[in-house]
Amino acid sequence: MAVVTPPDYSRGAAAAGASRPAAVARLFATMAGEGVVAKIFWGCLSIGLFASLWELCWFFGWADPKLLPPPHIFLGSIADQGKFFNTATRWQVGKSMTDGPSAFESVMVTIGATTMRVFTGLSIASVLGVGVGVLIRYNALFDKLVLPTVTLLSPVSPIAWLPVAIFIFGIGNGPAIFMVVVALFFHMVLATVTQIDGVSPNLINVARTMGASKPQIYGRVIVPAILPGMLAVLRMNLFGAWMVVLIAESTGVGYGMGQVIMLARNTFNPSLVFFTIAVIGVLGFAFDWLLRQAQRRILYWLPDTKEKLRGL
Amino acid sequence: MAFDAPVFSSKDAVVCRGVGKTWAAGTRRAHEALRDIHLDVAPGEFVVFLGPSGCGKSTLLYLIAGLEDATDGVTWSFGDKVEVPSPERSLIFQETSLFPWLTVWENVSFGLSIRGASKAERRKVAEEALQRVGLKAALDKRPDELSGGMRQRVAVARALAMRPKVLLMDEPFAALDVQTRARMQDFLLDVWRDSGASVLFVTHHIDEAVALADRVVVFTSRPGRIKTIVPIDLPRPRNLFSREAEALRIQLTELLRDEVDRAFAEQEALSVTA
Repeated sequence: MAVVTPPDYSRGAAAAGASRPAAVARLFATMAGEGVVAKIFWGCLSIGLFASLWELCWFFGWADPKLLPPPHIFLGSIADQGKFFNTATRWQVGKSMTDGPSAFESVMVTIGATTMRVFTGLSIASVLGVGVGVLIRYNALFDKLVLPTVTLLSPVSPIAWLPVAIFIFGIGNGPAIFMVVVALFFHMVLATVTQIDGVSPNLINVARTMGASKPQIYGRVIVPAILPGMLAVLRMNLFGAWMVVLIAESTGVGYGMGQVIMLARNTFNPSLVFFTIAVIGVLGFAFDWLLRQAQRRILYWLPDTKEKLRGL
Repeated sequence: MAFDAPVFSSKDAVVCRGVGKTWAAGTRRAHEALRDIHLDVAPGEFVVFLGPSGCGKSTLLYLIAGLEDATDGVTWSFGDKVEVPSPERSLIFQETSLFPWLTVWENVSFGLSIRGASKAERRKVAEEALQRVGLKAALDKRPDELSGGMRQRVAVARALAMRPKVLLMDEPFAALDVQTRARMQDFLLDVWRDSGASVLFVTHHIDEAVALADRVVVFTSRPGRIKTIVPIDLPRPRNLFSREAEALRIQLTELLRDEVDRAFAEQEALSVTA
């Protein structure tokens, strides 16, 4: 008696050869989807493509490894490069290169210091910026007194503030955090004002007809209504903060990623430059991912807006 | 000043005397939206504002709601001068105006939370109000999970939760498809009968006016004035295919056509001079 058993797809690749095309098809389906596995796959592929183009240029001799060392060179010398991150004790009298923290510790201390400056600056700028922005729309007198000055200072490049930062705060964490705050604050204020102006008047009118007071309208309608836009602004500013903190650190502070870049420049060490760039890239990517996760939790009511573009 | 003394019963739901509105008054962009509106609405009456688009009928609704200040004249509601918005006069908008970050029941009880009511009380009122609009099952959903018609029913429930004496509706069904709109009209008539509130309903649909109104206020094109008031003396529930209903539709169509023609002629003249 012949018994026909259907192929057991649940066992996947471990099953007999007949189910292998199905497993491959499933793999393709996974990669075409939006799951975590697919995201990691495409992320690795994207970076892998970029790195292999670079490696190819090196292989054919178009990229001079002394100027543009490809990833396998600058990542291969991590252990050597790591010790340069110890910029704090490097120039102290009576200390040798081997004193102080190890290479790994130096990298971690540097990353930690720079990240701390980014987040302190970003937090201060957000609280101040959103606060002042809301106050501008809340109070007409405050609006008239403050908005022109904010608009006037908004286009000033953070570089112009660098001497001011050093005059006021000297050397240390102070000037770096100040630079991040000053680079973001004015934009945050203007973005907040724009977001408030974009709130649907219907929502405000509904609250008014239900007897809501002005503070209630601001607290319970306007703030939640601008939250999605403000988090998008915050995400853009996260990148801005990473850019500015390097400028600040390269001149005003004893240690940090910016100092490492300056050291690399002064000692003609392209490998160190690219290694630092890679570290900054990974850090920025990681914090952007964290912020997006937070965004998804906070803005639980927003539908997935990517859907509408998918059919194009 | 001439209209300061109420010359009417304080039982009237809405009374307008010489009401006018000029937007951006005193500037070069000033334009008159409404002129010399006299109107009396009885408690429990269903009044429809009909007019060409841009004739200021929505503006009048906002003035009655107290959301905008009139430049001329005075409005009273149940003997009180209308100066600020009040929960007694609930406004329902054309587009969905639900708070997307709140659930359906939180939306419905928003007005109560403003007054500081407890959660249990808010939930109870929301359940009652949603029961009345037949959406009790949607209590814990979010607005974006609902269809357009359901959202407008939630908006009606939210207005009802405030126990309003006057319901102001600004083209509430304009964004809905024809079938949904017809169902929503029946639904609104039920709600209106149950609540005993007066309804002031803005539309530019003649069919809708004949289906709903006790009286139809026909507006002229800009500046909006009351051209005439047409009583709709059809027994409810209405047979909209009857000869009388047809006659009223024809009458309203003719009244409206003159105004639309005039509005078009004005717009063309404007585009020539501009």
